[in-house]
Amino acid sequence: MSSALASLVVVLLMAPVLPGLSARTKAILTGRRGQPVLQLYSDLGRLLRKGAVYGTATTWMFALAPVVVLATVLCAALLLPLDGRAALIRFSGDAVAFAYVLALGRLALVLGAMDTGSSFEAMGASREVTIASFAEPALFLALVVLAVLTDSLSLSGMLGSRLVPGLEGFQMAAAAPLGLVAITLFVVLLAETARVPVDDPATHLELTMIHEVMILDHSGPDLAFLLYAGAVKLALFGSILVGVVVPRAPLAPWLALVVLVGGLVVVAVLIGVIESVTARLRLKRVPQFLVAAATLAALGVILVLR
Amino acid sequence: MTQISDLLLLAIVLVNFALLGATRLSTTIRAVAVQGGLLGLLPLVLHGGPSLHAVGLAVGTVAIKGVILPRFLTWAIREAALRREVEPRIGFVGSLLLGVVAVAVAFAVAARLPLPPELARPLLVPVALATVMVGFIILTTRAKAVTLVVGYLVLENGIYLFGLTLTEQVPFLVEIGVLLDVFVGVFIMGIVVFHINRAFDSLDAEQLAQLTD
Repeated sequence: MSSALASLVVVLLMAPVLPGLSARTKAILTGRRGQPVLQLYSDLGRLLRKGAVYGTATTWMFALAPVVVLATVLCAALLLPLDGRAALIRFSGDAVAFAYVLALGRLALVLGAMDTGSSFEAMGASREVTIASFAEPALFLALVVLAVLTDSLSLSGMLGSRLVPGLEGFQMAAAAPLGLVAITLFVVLLAETARVPVDDPATHLELTMIHEVMILDHSGPDLAFLLYAGAVKLALFGSILVGVVVPRAPLAPWLALVVLVGGLVVVAVLIGVIESVTARLRLKRVPQFLVAAATLAALGVILVLR
Repeated sequence: MTQISDLLLLAIVLVNFALLGATRLSTTIRAVAVQGGLLGLLPLVLHGGPSLHAVGLAVGTVAIKGVILPRFLTWAIREAALRREVEPRIGFVGSLLLGVVAVAVAFAVAARLPLPPELARPLLVPVALATVMVGFIILTTRAKAVTLVVGYLVLENGIYLFGLTLTEQVPFLVEIGVLLDVFVGVFIMGIVVFHINRAFDSLDAEQLAQLTD
């Protein structure tokens, strides 16, 4: 219990480092110096001290959206076994709850964006929902593989001890499906956290923005909530990925935490590398990319059900 | 040894998906080259270690399927100045989903086939079936003649995988003969493709259905 709490606190505190790491990696690889890795902390501090500005066309939905987004991401964090053993809140089927709690946050963000009455933001909202509808089957197919392998419907069970080689109940045949699941989860991470090649966090070209355009009208603490929620979401999907690649149940609690932090850093750097070596996909190609990722997970399902 | 062959077979399935999703012809050709190379490595790890027979087969397969045929196809698309497959009739997403269905069906069917015990390798038969079906999907849904040649190659790769289940019993010469047949077949197809392009300024196989004098 205490190790789960400690991991949660560490993840929540270190989350803003990850986007900074990705940006720094990208900057170095493309020959620039780049912003400081800890830039997001200063940004958050500055935004929290400011007041929020609301457009005259907006209603309470617009002001509610950032709060709901942050709250749902924090709730989702409670459902994840961040210490590699068990989550603070766990029940059979919490994997489904995890996906749809995050979907609730997306719904709030989309409604908030449409509430501004700007056709530009509505366009971003429509794109975000389109991409999410392709990312969701991929995520669930990956979760099905984990559920079948570990005979559990809870994230704590899925990412827990059964995945560990050498422990009771594990078969070597599980390695290939797990590899496929890891690739799928990484693609889902890229889509959910609005990264290249699905979306580009650095773009400010109106026609190509997806996630960025929806947070365009938010300011002050509202924007800080959204930025922080985005960073935590990245950390959450990153920790699922780390949980699949490096099962940490047999490690000592402090070592599991170190592995988690190290794994998240690796994920962030990997995102930075991908952002500097690939261009973002044409919008028409994004569904194809996500369906391909879902295909890998589907192959994993076929292999584990065989 | 089983572990390595299983990984190779899985990689072959992944290449099948890549073939179904690829939009550039050069990517398609590279994928089929990778598949040929993987097929070539398989005889070395199946049937308990490399024998002279297996090494000969591996070298022949890698040379023909992994190097010569892809180079020839690359030459063909360069000569014909082709880059992209046009959007196929079912669409790239649709054909990927069809591919998943094909793999699922292959695994379901292979589990029910009354195979003799020495053939009942866990992955070889379903992967062979899946590869044959993916070859059919490519052959039936794509429009460019070069992609059709690739589809034929994938189909043949699937048949070759079936042959691997019997590789102990089949004489070396027969297998090399089959490889040569494929080689000649693709060679002729390449030349035909080249001539179609010269004569009609397009490699769209759809247009061949509308020929009148």
